[in-house]
Amino acid sequence: MDKIPILRMGTFLLVTIQVDLYDRLALNLESDLINMVHKTGARGVLIDISAVSIVDSFMGRILGNIACMTRVLDAETVVVGMQPAVAITLIELGLSLNGVYTALDVERGISLLQTKLGPNDELADDDADDTE
Amino acid sequence: MANTITELLKKNKTQLLDRWIHVQLTSQTLRDDLMSDDELRAQSEELVNALAKVITEENSNQPDSADFDEVFEILSTISMSRARQGFSPRETGTYINSLREAIINLLQEQLLESPAQLFAESQKLTRLLDHFSVITFETFIKGREEVIFRQTEEISDISTPVIQIWDGILALPIIGTLDSSRTQVVMENLLQKIVDTGSSIAILDISGVPAVDSLVAQHLIKTVSATRLMGADCIISGIRPEIAQTVVHLGIDLSNIITKASLASALKHAFSLQKLVIKRLEGDKIR
Repeated sequence: MDKIPILRMGTFLLVTIQVDLYDRLALNLESDLINMVHKTGARGVLIDISAVSIVDSFMGRILGNIACMTRVLDAETVVVGMQPAVAITLIELGLSLNGVYTALDVERGISLLQTKLGPNDELADDDADDTE
Repeated sequence: MANTITELLKKNKTQLLDRWIHVQLTSQTLRDDLMSDDELRAQSEELVNALAKVITEENSNQPDSADFDEVFEILSTISMSRARQGFSPRETGTYINSLREAIINLLQEQLLESPAQLFAESQKLTRLLDHFSVITFETFIKGREEVIFRQTEEISDISTPVIQIWDGILALPIIGTLDSSRTQVVMENLLQKIVDTGSSIAILDISGVPAVDSLVAQHLIKTVSATRLMGADCIISGIRPEIAQTVVHLGIDLSNIITKASLASALKHAFSLQKLVIKRLEGDKIR
């Protein structure tokens, strides 16, 4: 069974989706990710979908769900690197992913999360390579 | 002595061509500014040659016979190129009708003694040439439509430039009405440019859009949402007072979108988002 790796980067979690998501894989990712957020107490989740070229409404919904669920666990979700074709498809499907933060690439996603979380993030202090 | 159109065309080809050219050159609709006499002659000769080659006693009665395909092809090419060169429909119509005149004249001279045969032959000729004119017009209009189609495409290509006005800031001035197909082009261009340049702010300037109805607003909102999904901010600028009025009267909700009155204020806003400051150098005189 395929599994999408979830990488821990300090207080953030990074998920890079390199394959086309089929429904079961997406559902697994959703539960794995939420468990991981719960376990690590991460404050931000970055989902890199720059390699994804095909989306459907289900995948759009999963992304929205992940964002809502992580928010309940006090973590923000940023979807990064969306392809133009994917963005147009999601808009045509009527899924504008309100409540999900977006960024052009992982780097900008990280700086967005850092500004969102603010300086009073005590967990960020032990992050040696923090830009601050 | 030629008794039928077929014989006439085959035997008196040169005579017919001369006469046809003469009719054309003396015609009021001659456009020597668009086509030289030599060119006209070559074109006409090609057509007469082709016609003389394929016409037989049998098929001269059946204008839709497959034998004429070659003639039709030449005819189509001629009228297509005329459409492109800017001939009017009347000029193109006269061109093909003058061939009928030339043939009838010749026929009349040949068949002076037998009016019955003259009548039969000219009826045949009429049928054949009517078919020719229909084809000419069909292709003429097709040629014109192609011109229009190409222009439409060109306009939609030129009219949606995406300009990088600053590092990380794109501007997209929209001129003309926004319809669905145009929005698609605008959206694709903009999103692709965002990826290419890594820009995080896009300014959509609609000062060139004549009217905003609910559909246009819908398209604008779609474009803004798509840019947001890509991870860039989108500012709509150039909103004229009339447009602001219509938008409110139509009950369109633009509260989730950053809107600015002018491109300048949008740029200012973009600078502040990028944490950029523009200031005049101290001690520098204003020129």
